[in-house]
Amino acid sequence: MVNFTVNGRAQGFEGDEEMPLLWFLRDDLRLTGTRFGCGAGLCGACTVHIDGVAVRSCQTPLRTLQSKRVVTIEGLSPDGRHPVQRAWVSHDVAQCGYCQAGQIMQAASLLTRTPSPSDQDIDRAMAGNICRCGTYQRIRAAIKDAAKERA
Amino acid sequence: MNTIENVSRRHFLEGVFTAGAFVLASRVVPRSVWAQTPAVRTNADMAALNPSVYLGIQPDGTVFIVTHRSEMGTGIRTSLPMVAADELDADWKRVRIEQGIGDTRYGDQNTDGSRSIRDFYEAFRQAGASARAMLVSAAAAQWNVPASECTTQNHEVVHQASGRRLAYGALVPAAAKLPVPKAGEVQFKPKSAWKLVGQETSTYDQQDIVTGKAQFGLDVFREGMVHASIEHPPVLGGTVKSLNDKGALAVKGVQQTVTLDTFKPPHLFQPLGGVAVIASSTWAAMQGRKQLKIDWNDTPHGGFESEAFKKQLIQTVNQPAKVARNLGNVDAEFGKGGKVLEATYYTPLAAHASMEPPAAVADVRDGKATVWAPTQNPQAVQDAVSAVLGIDKKDVICHVTLLGGAFGRKSKPDYAAEAAVLSKQLGKPVKVVWTREDDIRFDYYHTTAAVYHKASVDGRGRPTAWLHRSAFPPIASTFAPGAREPLGFELDLGLVDLPYDVPNIRAENGPADAHVRIGWFRAVSNNFHAFAAHSFADEMAKAAGRDSLEFLLDLLGPGKVLDLKSQGVDYSNYGAPYDKYPIDTRRLRRVLEVAGERSGWGKRKPGNGWGMGIAAHRSFNTYVASVVEVEVSAAGVVRVPRIDQVVDAGVIVNPDRVRSQMEGAAVMAVGLARTGEITAAGGRIRQSNFNDFRVARMNDAPYQVNVHFVESDALPTGVGEPGLPPVLAALGNAIHAATGRRVRELPLTSQKLS
Repeated sequence: MVNFTVNGRAQGFEGDEEMPLLWFLRDDLRLTGTRFGCGAGLCGACTVHIDGVAVRSCQTPLRTLQSKRVVTIEGLSPDGRHPVQRAWVSHDVAQCGYCQAGQIMQAASLLTRTPSPSDQDIDRAMAGNICRCGTYQRIRAAIKDAAKERA
Repeated sequence: MNTIENVSRRHFLEGVFTAGAFVLASRVVPRSVWAQTPAVRTNADMAALNPSVYLGIQPDGTVFIVTHRSEMGTGIRTSLPMVAADELDADWKRVRIEQGIGDTRYGDQNTDGSRSIRDFYEAFRQAGASARAMLVSAAAAQWNVPASECTTQNHEVVHQASGRRLAYGALVPAAAKLPVPKAGEVQFKPKSAWKLVGQETSTYDQQDIVTGKAQFGLDVFREGMVHASIEHPPVLGGTVKSLNDKGALAVKGVQQTVTLDTFKPPHLFQPLGGVAVIASSTWAAMQGRKQLKIDWNDTPHGGFESEAFKKQLIQTVNQPAKVARNLGNVDAEFGKGGKVLEATYYTPLAAHASMEPPAAVADVRDGKATVWAPTQNPQAVQDAVSAVLGIDKKDVICHVTLLGGAFGRKSKPDYAAEAAVLSKQLGKPVKVVWTREDDIRFDYYHTTAAVYHKASVDGRGRPTAWLHRSAFPPIASTFAPGAREPLGFELDLGLVDLPYDVPNIRAENGPADAHVRIGWFRAVSNNFHAFAAHSFADEMAKAAGRDSLEFLLDLLGPGKVLDLKSQGVDYSNYGAPYDKYPIDTRRLRRVLEVAGERSGWGKRKPGNGWGMGIAAHRSFNTYVASVVEVEVSAAGVVRVPRIDQVVDAGVIVNPDRVRSQMEGAAVMAVGLARTGEITAAGGRIRQSNFNDFRVARMNDAPYQVNVHFVESDALPTGVGEPGLPPVLAALGNAIHAATGRRVRELPLTSQKLS
């Protein structure tokens, strides 16, 4: 049995502990905001926070989660008004929206560690998150706005 | 769709670029025509006042608007309702948007060809205007004043003279008793009174997206549902020779395997065949699949080798071929012995790679099927599912989720048909989820192409004769087995509509075999046709030592409406009537001129690894000019600091979404040009995921894309696709300006730029 929390709620998992966190979130908890994009840690659509750090949930076996704190897009803020989420809305970042939960989780993690990121910091932190619609310019602008608001 | 045997061009156009008679007729259909009860009633249907299939109003004032076109990121789910709400003078905050199921009562639903606004702008105006007229009549009757004295304002009818006002909701019961006005009986608002159309409007789903609540195809769960992961035949048309599924069945959670029939040609949108692993979870299905041992029977497509194929394609395009357009006499001009330029361009296969891979849920029981799918075309889902199950189309209900990207891929509902076949066999709801590897290896690919250009030029470098010729495995092959020649529309996208003012023009097209499924990808054959034509135009400019923009304007001449008919071209014009949406090269000139002004064109001397390139292209009835700025490092790494996109798409409904489409198209174009390549060996696709089919990322995407609109009162036209083609050529032209190296092949990774 692996015990951990997801968005503050205790979870115990019994079963194939090699299963990535992604599928536990989606199929078992029905927290579908965390997306399947590549299954190989190449696109970032499945990004969640584990103990506050952005992690690819498709590459995170459940066995590694003992006593960890998992936060998904659904738990990023109680009311959907985290500064990053607000900035995303004000820039109308999303086109199809599929990758954006992962982008937001990645950006929120970046701002925790680097409160006012440079373009280079943003490139480095966000290069692992693909947006096929091509919203990168707005993502960059939204991150900068969120940084200002947090400052 | 199984009935398509003889793919005549006209027939095909009806299927793919509809907007034909039916859509025109359905724009203003009064309710009474819909004798049959819809399979699923919308809130709009059930609303007390329901003057249109697209719109209903409740007595509490809530306005329901149905979007029947699919939301894949263009913002159409917001933009079409804006059109209706504006005519209604509705309070946007009181509008609820709902997604229509697949149903012919809405007219065409194939959300491709960048034509949702173009084809349904008037229908949605009519829906809003009809409701508004009925509410006004109801208020006028209650006040006992002429309707002409009443106006509307923000969800109320107003009688100016007496200062009386009535809320829409309060008028609904009386308005619902009135006849629905026919087309032509209601007046649309003048542009000066528009409140929503033309305003920056946030998309309806934005908050749900940023909180993870938005529902895509992968997010559908049904009671008792099982999960399927399918190993497809590695070579197109292959079948299972032998299967050992012991290892798969030993995986915890795996319930069984199902061998699927391979399609009978043409493949259309039928399942590919293969072996499905059925399990209690997605993960178990995927794990089980890895344990399958399958021997395949390959088909002759197993001989497909990209490198040899490329050589053949380039050979084909360098030989005379079928004439698709002829103006004057290029041969006579070439015979005069003047200066001649020629060049051959090449672009590879590419994958759509939408972030959400294909996925669908089907529940088949009692001879009826219900499907939930991220589809661009729910009516095609109905067709494909009914064909594969042998049931009536009316017994297939297709619910449309949000689409996690699509770009043309999700117009082809093979994945929904797979779910339906499995659900029927298993007697329970089934979710099919493609892996990224499945998506990259079994796409309906953007085709590979070779394009040849030859021109004789006068003393100023201006062409006196221009011959161009393309060859590519055609989309036609998806509809007719072994088809080697494109359907007419494939040439109408950038080949026969070369807009330049040259006295002698001939366009030709040569045959090519398809060994993988070929489909339409954002902007379709415009991409390679435009890349080649506008690169070649730039080659001519540079050969003459002239400024590229000045040369292009000269090449376009003073501007006019092209008369292609007299040149032997039956031009399909994206399914739009030519008299209303002609090729007007004055508009092409205008976007170029604005691009020159807004991009800072000509202000800095190119060279030493820095340069700008320009190109303009009309596609989907829309005119776009692109200026691309590049920096090429000594190692040959291309950076794109800035792109300017100038757009004339007629009336703009939601400027912010048009801008976002132009931004996204620029990013996609740069990614495609830089690394977008699919290749095959032994008929098997070599690439598998985002590590080897690379798309643009934050750190290598254009840093800044500026979008400029040409103000226009022309009819609204497409915006989803036209932003892509000119960027490809402008990028190549910029690299030439920066380095002196001409890009004749994509992707850029295939050549040395330093």
